[in-house]
Amino acid sequence: MDNDQIQDSKSKIQSPKSKIRNQITVALAGQPNVGKSTVFNLLTGLSQHVGNWPGKTIEQKTGTYNYNGTKVRIVDLPGTYSLTANSLEERIARDYIIKERPDVVVAIVDAAALERNLYLVAELLSLPAPVVLGLNMMDVAEQQGMHIEPHVLEAALGLPVVPMVATKNQGVRELVEAVDRVSQGEGTYAPSRPEIREDHRMVLAELQRLIAGAVPAPYPEDWVALKLLEGDEEITSMMQERLDEACWQEVHAILMQHEDAILAVAGGRYEWIGRMIRAAVARPRVGQITLTERLDRWATHPFWGLLILLGMLGLIFWLTYTIGAPLQELLDTYLVQAGAEWVRSALNGAPAWLVGFLADGVIGGAGMVITFLPILVIFFTALGLLEDVGYMARAAYVMDRFMHLMGLHGKSFLPLFLGFGCNVPAVMGARVVEGERARLLTILVAPLVPCTARMAVVAVLAPIFFGPHAALVSGGLVGLSLVMLAIIGIALHELVLGGEHVAFIMELPLYHLPNARTICLSVWQRLVAFLKKAGSIILVVSVVVWALSVLPGGEIESSYLAAIGRLLGPLGALMGLGWQMMVALLTSFVAKENTIATLGVLYSTGEEGARLAEALSGVLTPAAALAFLAVQMLFIPCVATVATVRQETASWRWTAFSVALLLVVSFAVGIAIYQGAMLVGWGV
Amino acid sequence: MNEERIPLSVLAPGEVGVVRQLAGGRGFMSRLAALGFTLGVEVTMVQNFGRGPLIVLVRDTRVALGRGEAAKVLVGRTTNG
Repeated sequence: MDNDQIQDSKSKIQSPKSKIRNQITVALAGQPNVGKSTVFNLLTGLSQHVGNWPGKTIEQKTGTYNYNGTKVRIVDLPGTYSLTANSLEERIARDYIIKERPDVVVAIVDAAALERNLYLVAELLSLPAPVVLGLNMMDVAEQQGMHIEPHVLEAALGLPVVPMVATKNQGVRELVEAVDRVSQGEGTYAPSRPEIREDHRMVLAELQRLIAGAVPAPYPEDWVALKLLEGDEEITSMMQERLDEACWQEVHAILMQHEDAILAVAGGRYEWIGRMIRAAVARPRVGQITLTERLDRWATHPFWGLLILLGMLGLIFWLTYTIGAPLQELLDTYLVQAGAEWVRSALNGAPAWLVGFLADGVIGGAGMVITFLPILVIFFTALGLLEDVGYMARAAYVMDRFMHLMGLHGKSFLPLFLGFGCNVPAVMGARVVEGERARLLTILVAPLVPCTARMAVVAVLAPIFFGPHAALVSGGLVGLSLVMLAIIGIALHELVLGGEHVAFIMELPLYHLPNARTICLSVWQRLVAFLKKAGSIILVVSVVVWALSVLPGGEIESSYLAAIGRLLGPLGALMGLGWQMMVALLTSFVAKENTIATLGVLYSTGEEGARLAEALSGVLTPAAALAFLAVQMLFIPCVATVATVRQETASWRWTAFSVALLLVVSFAVGIAIYQGAMLVGWGV
Repeated sequence: MNEERIPLSVLAPGEVGVVRQLAGGRGFMSRLAALGFTLGVEVTMVQNFGRGPLIVLVRDTRVALGRGEAAKVLVGRTTNG
């Protein structure tokens, strides 16, 4: 970009007026679906850092650019419709502005839905940071037959307004200049601010009088009074602590009397918005049918919408199997196995434990990470594309009635469905779900979706145990997984997450052409996040499991892992399973496919295929075999998924909870199946 | 002219109602207000199949609402007579 001039500020003569500044911080705010991330990507390019907000499951993006010798640090705030404490996103956004005091707040708004978008701006203006307005999607507004005069809007609002078409890289330079001017205090910044509706002004004044002097820094007093009246839970409990009892009683009485004051506050804001845009926006009153309307007749139809959704999902999985799976095999053969071979021959003569450690432990773990990449790229691209085009909201709308039965939001459907391919993108895809609780619930149930690796194990073992009934058993196992997912979803929703009804209120954004840059960056960021955070955990765990399986003697039969398996013997006995089967389950933690390899090592005498089948069919009764397959379907997911759960929840506690939950559930189901079968006398 | 006050969820596609009351907790009202639902605003029903969620148009925005949520939004439907 042309404003990326990296200059040494000391070598430049500063004009006497301007302060000497080396760095300023800009917060990027906006409602969802306004092209905020496109603007962020244009401003920061690859200088982005993606992480989580401290201690939160919400992604935080920061980046920098240089302009006229000033380093500008941009913090991308979560996209929110307002700044009430309705959601964690809203709390994060407003806390950042109030507590971190950015030098400038850039508010990106969608020109085609200006009225609703200015609602957030109305809220931003009551916080202590100057606002620059990025009037994005000017082209869409024109297509919708709206004509907006940015200068008139600028004069009415009393703050810089920059018309933009971020998808065509228009207006970004002007935005950067406006930020620079405002941060230096140049030009006039005298914003018009909204007021509460007339009938509530006395009440607001009374509240302000009552709380005067008791509001902790850095909260602005008039803002706190307004939030009290809005019924903001966080601010209400903060003031309850701060005020003395008598004063709180007075405040509380006022609040109880005006329970619907939020409508007066919101009404006041929309009245103000109406005054701001009256002169600036011209629109013909025509009932033209837009592209979005025409597409939505099909995409949101209860029947056709479902068919379209299924078609898209079919396409994604077809791509995965025709492109992803062969690539995965190629990587495995030519990179991972070849790498292991190379290590073995290069280290010819070195101690066996060192060769084993490098070839099986390290390369095995790293290889697992690498072979995941093709599938992840396909899934993340599909997810990013559907999100960017605007289809995601339609899929959520169509699926909401079904997901609702499990206490889940419609938006949880797509990430969970991707879980059939692989649980890792399912857990990462939960980012599209709004609301922290709903997102956490999605992450917790995602490992119950049977992924391809689990199905591969079933595909090998079911025919060995059940012969001609294998297909029936496999289908039943998938059904069992989904039923358990529903039961656990409902139970978690009620017990752990408070049973709070998630109101289904969702914007259906206008469809628009996908932006390749936005999608590529989102795929890139998710891949980097997986490699960086999850990758290291996977590597460590696979090395540890490898070590346990060869120490102390070098044979798995006499290893520590086998000892653990024998310790678990009594538990296995409840399901009719020997210690070897328990060891197989333990090794499936590294990768599900390991189940078969381990059973091969433990049961056969070195020969492959038929011998394993022979050996296995002899040691397990049908009841025990069914219990084993059920446990393996519901067991803790592979380490890649667990590592991703840790990364996405940013909490070891929830990760441990997830693992413990699945351990308990899988063994409980296994025991129930075996004991139930014994009771009715089947398969013993 | 008199006005009949009905839940938003009973409007047929194409019908227009004026929001008169939001029944529900503060959190619910606040979320709806942020999406443009305030007293006096015009809401156009876009899709309503009589069951399941529905779609309305409010302040240039298409919003999907659960049926339960839509039932808590009371609108005035203006009729002649």
